[in-house]
Amino acid sequence: MAVGLVALLALTLAVLTPHPVESMRLIFAGAFGDKFGVTRTLVKWIPLVLTGLGVVIAWRGGMYNIGGEGQFVAGGIAAAFAARPLISAGWGWAGLAPVLLLAAVLGGAFWGWLAGWLYVRRGVEVVISTILLNFIAIQGLAYLVTGPLQEKAGKLPRTDPLSSAQALPKFDPQTDLHWGIFLALVLPLIVFIYLYRTRSGFRLRVVGENARAARANRIDAPKARALSMALSGALCGLAGGVEYMGVTQQLAPSFTQNWGFLAIPVALLAGLHPLLVMLSALYFAAILAGSRNLAGFTADGTVLIYVVQAAAVLGFVGLKAWSDRRRVVVEA
Amino acid sequence: MDFAFLLVTAAPLIYAALGEVIGQRSGVLNIGIEGMMLVGAFFGFLVAGKTGSWPLGFGIGAACGLLLAIISSVFTVKLAADQVVVGTAINFLALGVTGLGFRRAYGQSGQLLTSPELPRIWGIDPMLVVAFLLIPLVWWLIQRTKWGLALRGCGEYPAAVETSGFSVNRIRIQALLFGGMLAGLGGAYLSLAVAGSFAEGMTAGRGFLAIALVTFGRWRPIWVALAALALGYAQSLQYSLQGRPIFGVVIPAQIWLGLPYVVSLLVLIFVGSGTVTPQALGKPYRKEG
Repeated sequence: MAVGLVALLALTLAVLTPHPVESMRLIFAGAFGDKFGVTRTLVKWIPLVLTGLGVVIAWRGGMYNIGGEGQFVAGGIAAAFAARPLISAGWGWAGLAPVLLLAAVLGGAFWGWLAGWLYVRRGVEVVISTILLNFIAIQGLAYLVTGPLQEKAGKLPRTDPLSSAQALPKFDPQTDLHWGIFLALVLPLIVFIYLYRTRSGFRLRVVGENARAARANRIDAPKARALSMALSGALCGLAGGVEYMGVTQQLAPSFTQNWGFLAIPVALLAGLHPLLVMLSALYFAAILAGSRNLAGFTADGTVLIYVVQAAAVLGFVGLKAWSDRRRVVVEA
Repeated sequence: MDFAFLLVTAAPLIYAALGEVIGQRSGVLNIGIEGMMLVGAFFGFLVAGKTGSWPLGFGIGAACGLLLAIISSVFTVKLAADQVVVGTAINFLALGVTGLGFRRAYGQSGQLLTSPELPRIWGIDPMLVVAFLLIPLVWWLIQRTKWGLALRGCGEYPAAVETSGFSVNRIRIQALLFGGMLAGLGGAYLSLAVAGSFAEGMTAGRGFLAIALVTFGRWRPIWVALAALALGYAQSLQYSLQGRPIFGVVIPAQIWLGLPYVVSLLVLIFVGSGTVTPQALGKPYRKEG
């Protein structure tokens, strides 16, 4: 698998760039070359793990949530709203972090649950409702940073930045790696335990895997589906809160960098397994961080990640479909 | 406000949404339409700009949309892979390829982006006329032809279509390719006729919007086109009403921009998807035996 992924990157570079070997070296150096490269990779790894886990939970429940983007933004907005009065009251990061991150979780969970409710009660495809909810969250953010959440100076469309005493602490003042990484290390295990060691997680998987079997066993499928969307939204929202408190430290219209969509290949490549998400997120985080280095030398660079993601997903899907095309039974 | 301007802003959505209607009626939910529009916008603009010929630009735009649709159909129809997954990958592919192409073609030189002007009479250009002619054409195709009947069957109960001697997969591929071509045309229209320029990721969710419009217009070509016009109207309002008070309240531009999505969502909340949704939408078909 790992060899295949490196080969995939090499192949993409060979097709698209004039100097594939040099490009490969630059990407690798940019991702792992020194402590700055490693931390750059890990900083990108955190939101990819959290949103990737969000996609895993929803898709395991049979809900094709492509609204990670909107839920990420909803989490950021909720955290920024919570931050405003607390910052005026002079709170430091230790007090802010639990409150803001909880707000982010609730904000994201609400945004995800909304799509779940629409599916369960109104029969609206999750794909369609999450697309709409993405637009609404992003437009809402654009409005809020020029309105109720705008900086006190009132000039630019952004919130007031958190000070270093209010943001999540960093390990090393020279690099951007923040304490949010603990969440990315612990949550995959928690999601794994939830999905494979609890009743609720088991029901969620049964509903996603085989809705008929779920009905035969009197599992409340609508409830499990709405729950899977709420949990998925909670994780994506948390990612937004952590990104706000740890990296951007303020909200602006450009707050989300496609995290919600990048999460889909992360989850797929991990085979929708919560622990493997850590590895697939590392692969994409390294390419994200490394291609930034490439961008310093050539015109292309940062958009490379999209091509690699597309190639990875299509390759993965193609291989999987090819290998089990004979086994599938026609739906009754 | 200029009436022709309203039609011009709505046209890319009409192209894309009509393409999506055909796809969804056949049971294929094409998420990759966003990417198909984007390649149409970039390569259409690139070729029209280099050759100075706008018809060639539209031709290339349609061909690029078609090419992505072919890739998509191999995975979603032939290999019966999940349509959401493949569509997401198609969008990434388009974002990456057009981003790279744009930087290679225009990035370093800093040259001015130019494209040939379309001929216009009272603000109406030929491709706008084509967009509006497509509305009755697509309706006729779906409702009045044998192929359209089979197409609708593929979206509702594919096994019955297969039994009557049609190939479900062939019809779905045809529908997907037709839709991809229209999406490519819509993208080319966006860059060549609406914007007169190209920017990275310039479709900015219009393909997703087309998907929403299909639901909003209840899978009927004429209603979908009307919904696209209404949306174009709402979007053009933001220019004319920006900063002007209504009943003494100034409504910010972002609220206007968000309004169409909120309205679509409210319609879904109160009306729901109902029974008009193609029953087999999003489900791959496999032959028995």
